[in-house]
Amino acid sequence: MHIGLFIPCYVDQFYPQAAIATLELLEKLGHQVSVPPDQTCCGQPMANSGYERYARQTMELFVENFAEYDYVVAPSGSCVYHVRKHYDTIEQTSEVLKIREKTLDICEFLVNHSTTDSLKSSFPYKVGLHQSCHGQRGLRFAKSSEVVGEPFSIVRQLLDKVEGIELIDLQRADECCGFGGTFAVAEEAVSVKMGKDRIQDHILNGAQVITGTDMSCLMHMEGIIRRRKLPLRVMHICEILNHSEQHEPSI
Amino acid sequence: MSHPSEAQKFIKNENRVNWHDESLWHVREKRDKAANLFPEWEQLREKASQIKAHSLSRLDHYLEEFEKNATANGIKVHWANDAIEHNEIVYNIFREHGVKRIVKSKSMLTEECHLNPFLEKHGVEVIDSDLGERIVQLAKETPSHIVLPAIHKKRMEIDELFQKHLHTQPSNGDAIYLTAAAREHLRQKFMKADAALTGVNFAIAETGEFVVCTNEGNADMGVHLAPLHIASMGIEKMIPRYEDLGVFIRLLARSATGQQVTTYTSQFRKPREGTELHIILVDNGRTVQLGREKYRRSLHCIRCGACMNTCPVYRRSGGHSYQSVVPGPIGSILSPGIDMKKHASLPFASSLCGSCSDVCPVKIDIHQQLYAWRQDITRETNEEPSKKFSMKLAGWLFTHPNLYRKAGKFGRKALKILPRWMVYNSLNAWGKQRELPEPPKQSFQEWYQQNRQKNG
Repeated sequence: MHIGLFIPCYVDQFYPQAAIATLELLEKLGHQVSVPPDQTCCGQPMANSGYERYARQTMELFVENFAEYDYVVAPSGSCVYHVRKHYDTIEQTSEVLKIREKTLDICEFLVNHSTTDSLKSSFPYKVGLHQSCHGQRGLRFAKSSEVVGEPFSIVRQLLDKVEGIELIDLQRADECCGFGGTFAVAEEAVSVKMGKDRIQDHILNGAQVITGTDMSCLMHMEGIIRRRKLPLRVMHICEILNHSEQHEPSI
Repeated sequence: MSHPSEAQKFIKNENRVNWHDESLWHVREKRDKAANLFPEWEQLREKASQIKAHSLSRLDHYLEEFEKNATANGIKVHWANDAIEHNEIVYNIFREHGVKRIVKSKSMLTEECHLNPFLEKHGVEVIDSDLGERIVQLAKETPSHIVLPAIHKKRMEIDELFQKHLHTQPSNGDAIYLTAAAREHLRQKFMKADAALTGVNFAIAETGEFVVCTNEGNADMGVHLAPLHIASMGIEKMIPRYEDLGVFIRLLARSATGQQVTTYTSQFRKPREGTELHIILVDNGRTVQLGREKYRRSLHCIRCGACMNTCPVYRRSGGHSYQSVVPGPIGSILSPGIDMKKHASLPFASSLCGSCSDVCPVKIDIHQQLYAWRQDITRETNEEPSKKFSMKLAGWLFTHPNLYRKAGKFGRKALKILPRWMVYNSLNAWGKQRELPEPPKQSFQEWYQQNRQKNG
């Protein structure tokens, strides 16, 4: 099984530590991982802004870069959601159809296609889980609070394996943080207010760290946290899963 | 005027936003409680969605069946192509009966048709009899929510409004006193009304009857006293059979307010002796929307308002920021179908979190339709040329991996060395209230080249 690792453009540029943690995690679990050098973006920023037509070639490049792999794994529910659900606007070649099926978020991959027993992560902190919407409601990583049924969460399932971690409960379990791609800029006032409220929920419930499956949500909240000098920080879930007493992250 | 600028005005008063957000979140929590008492909730949503899909697929047939059966029951059925025709039908009936004063229970359709100003222009006194609607009517405003029209108003504001219009004493926002005053005021209006207008929640083709749901009993009070009842109905409110009604009645109040059922669920089958009962079936753009396959499901809507209560954007921007008769997520997919240019900013007033689609009792794929409208709007209106340019540029850059890498490196370096005022200024909306990420020394790709490729 050969995995192509997709690192979203903004993670590549601004959060290499999250990408390295994802790579190291997969390697630690014995997977063969390659990083296609010509990867850029999944096309979501343009498409969600109403310019799917300007994203088409970016989407085709994505397919070209990853066609040869058995799985495409990315540390982002949002990009994965875009590939799986919105790549229906480019020509549906057999390669595109395969990519739409085989592109997985790292959490889905770890829970459904990998053993995780050898992880041995430890992270002795109070952590608040931000359920990013595209993973949560788009890819059904967890039962959303609106839906009636048995609760489940593959993300929590992974975090529960981490030694010493204390997951806090939130007043609003899965409200959006207000990032939303270009929404964060186009609707700046609403976006920031949503972010402030989300962070406040984590602070009130004692979180030292906010984690999640999407660095984009965390980037937005981190921007507010740093500007307002709030007493907590953000970390991608892979940074926590890759964290152990013996092994500090590389960056 | 666009949604972002109106939202920004609303958000300036943070205490008010918090209060608005919490009031509506409370309603969402009540809805969750009610839904979770119901193990078959998800099946019920599915069933409701299927009934709506079926009804819409044979809407012509069911409308004609309804007309036939309603007429046989003694109801006078009228057809209106658009708002103008609707208003004229109403006024012509009023003229025949010499109607001077009317009471109207909640009807988003008559809001959509701008019936009140039309009738007032013709010298008819219109009193909105739903308490929330009466409040916004006295304040010369429009409803900010389809179920809770005055949710944006605080108690003290209502106190002042009533002092001015109903001559109440200052009561420090005493809800019991104010409600009693409204009750007395409205009772007098009910007694004097020459006609009663209502909306319609559901119309049943099989029996030729229609259903009106209220909590205040104001629709019933109006129609039981007046010799003339006119009901206005959007054609999408049609359901095939009497037994389908139970599915929707179980979903409506639970989704709207968390009640098991609305206090009054009144079924109208024939006119009371000595009175007239009219129903107006209104298209006003609905058949056009029906013809747009990707937006068809928006016509499933039963106007419960759950998508507004759950929407994190609506709760923080207020209903008026949408500047459309139906605000919130459902309004943002309905309104562009009526006037795309005017409502061009609405499908973008969403983070696409998808909460609306999950809460919707008739399973409208609201966030998918928002995404689809975005594509149509950028193609068919001249929405923000600068955004168009930057998206085109981004699309181009992302198909040139070498340039993307160089641009990334350059950008990170620039962020490091530029003075703060050059990065954080009025051109940078992100940085108004947020820091940009701290630029790292290396991108992941650069790190990978150095640490894996070379060794490997």
